[in-house]
Amino acid sequence: MTDREIKIKSINYRKKLLKYIKLAKAGHTGGSLSCVDILNVLYNRILNVSPETFSDPGRDRYVQSKGHSVEALYVVLADKGFFPESDIETLCKYRSHYVGHPTRKVHGIEHNSGALGHGLAFSVGVALSAKKDNADYKVYTLLGDGELAEGSNWESMLSAAHYKLDNLTAIVDRNNLQITGKTEDVCGLEPLEEKFRAFGWHVEIVDGHDISALTDVLSRIPFEKNKPNMIIANTIKGKGVSFIENDHVWHHHVPTDEQYQQAQEELDMLLTELDT
Amino acid sequence: MKFEVGKELGKANLEVFSETLLSLAKQDRNVLAVTSDSRGSGKLTPFGKALPEQLVEVGIAEQNLVGVAAGLASTGKKVFAVSPASFLTARSLEQIKNDVCYSDHPVKLIGISSGVSYGALGSTHHATHDIAVLRAINNVSIIVPADNFETSEAVKAAANMSHPVYIKFGKRPMYHLHRPGTKFEVGKSITIRDGKDITFIATGETVYHALMAAQLLEKQGLSCRVISMHTVKPLDAEAIIQAASDTKGIVTVEEHRVFGGLGEACASALMEAGMSVPFKIVGLPDEYTITGSQLEIFSHYGISAQGLAETAGKLLNK
Repeated sequence: MTDREIKIKSINYRKKLLKYIKLAKAGHTGGSLSCVDILNVLYNRILNVSPETFSDPGRDRYVQSKGHSVEALYVVLADKGFFPESDIETLCKYRSHYVGHPTRKVHGIEHNSGALGHGLAFSVGVALSAKKDNADYKVYTLLGDGELAEGSNWESMLSAAHYKLDNLTAIVDRNNLQITGKTEDVCGLEPLEEKFRAFGWHVEIVDGHDISALTDVLSRIPFEKNKPNMIIANTIKGKGVSFIENDHVWHHHVPTDEQYQQAQEELDMLLTELDT
Repeated sequence: MKFEVGKELGKANLEVFSETLLSLAKQDRNVLAVTSDSRGSGKLTPFGKALPEQLVEVGIAEQNLVGVAAGLASTGKKVFAVSPASFLTARSLEQIKNDVCYSDHPVKLIGISSGVSYGALGSTHHATHDIAVLRAINNVSIIVPADNFETSEAVKAAANMSHPVYIKFGKRPMYHLHRPGTKFEVGKSITIRDGKDITFIATGETVYHALMAAQLLEKQGLSCRVISMHTVKPLDAEAIIQAASDTKGIVTVEEHRVFGGLGEACASALMEAGMSVPFKIVGLPDEYTITGSQLEIFSHYGISAQGLAETAGKLLNK
């Protein structure tokens, strides 16, 4: 798949996740839009997993620790054929498996998440198991930047370095915003890169919306033998829609009819630009 | 030599746990112990020496302990997450709720030095809430073995359970309570002795004291049934209802706060079955638990032959 085709997918993923959030009248709009390109590259270029191989012990694992951005994950998994896209129409509806955070009831999801600070510990366990079995699958987890205030992440970072888990990759969706406002105003994280390095991880920084750069960095794993891999993906919360970008009130805001229309038009414009 | 219930002192349940686990792990490389700097207090030092590749140490980090255990279990490992019950079921409760129970990764949660085993160390080290919090979480069995036999059987059963389980025990040697050939089944209580006047329904390391109370009461002309309710969840409601039907009163006994534990579970089972019998919950009352040895604390709160006999007598107005 070419970069252009991947970019078209990203725009379509954004259009679809907005559609389903609008339909459900619920969802985490900003964070889902910010992580779309990361999920796109992972599922379409990196992960060795498919609907047919999902129960294969040797599959790569993706664990979405920032579970609230599940709408992005649903549209990507549907596109990969894990379930019919129409299933997402039941998002947040009575007795639907497509709840507001990932659960294993949905084909393609490895672990139930939603409470923050859980995905990394789980991923350490999976990666450690691979090492014990001399298996060559890899484990990827996506963390929110606001999520990093959860102390459990730092316990897990110690373990990952201790066990030299170079088959484990954590990606931080560094959009700089959380529900209350800027991460640096709520509970400062910087200097993040130095903190991760001090915890024994190899750190790479990437533009989290640059398909080519994401592909390059994710293709170079393991970055360094015996060290867990950390990618700080600089992103824009609400990426792709002008009035949603970089505004924390869109953390879980649902667009009005007019806003929805405008958002779809802006994304259509991006598609048109790719055609020209 | 003829076996007499409650006469022969065995090992600490903790020791039986570690021996059983080592035996299981030697036969199956997928059996893992995960510890939070607790291999010493979990008697797992020999395990670590014999099978270093099957022991995962995460340091003093109970949240990580349970999360890592869930990840390992998701890949098919038979994971025993071992940590003092006081920390395991409080510090990492959210990991138990979400990463183990909700996600249904079959971790075997092992709460060591449970109840007031660390009695002299103060409330930080007491685990007198664990049954209550775990009863309120879906998809986890709760087993509290009374003696070495129940411990060994519970650990062997846990290894093959496909859903989460919590097992807790203390570190003091326990008397053997079961005759050879006794059958152990998760969710099915064991009647250690039968009687028609009163039933003691006890769990874990209090069962022995209920048995001693029954022997004391026998001398006073009261005949007592003693049930080891080793599995608190799922609860053997049938045995409780039968006891209410066959005997004149029920005394429940547990090394746990009187709220949310075995006693309230039994009361609930009886009420829902429409049964009303003289009933008393013996456990730790809603106060700052005193400190001392496990047996001193038991005795202080009436978990002793004498204390339980008096409670039973009062219940029957005798």
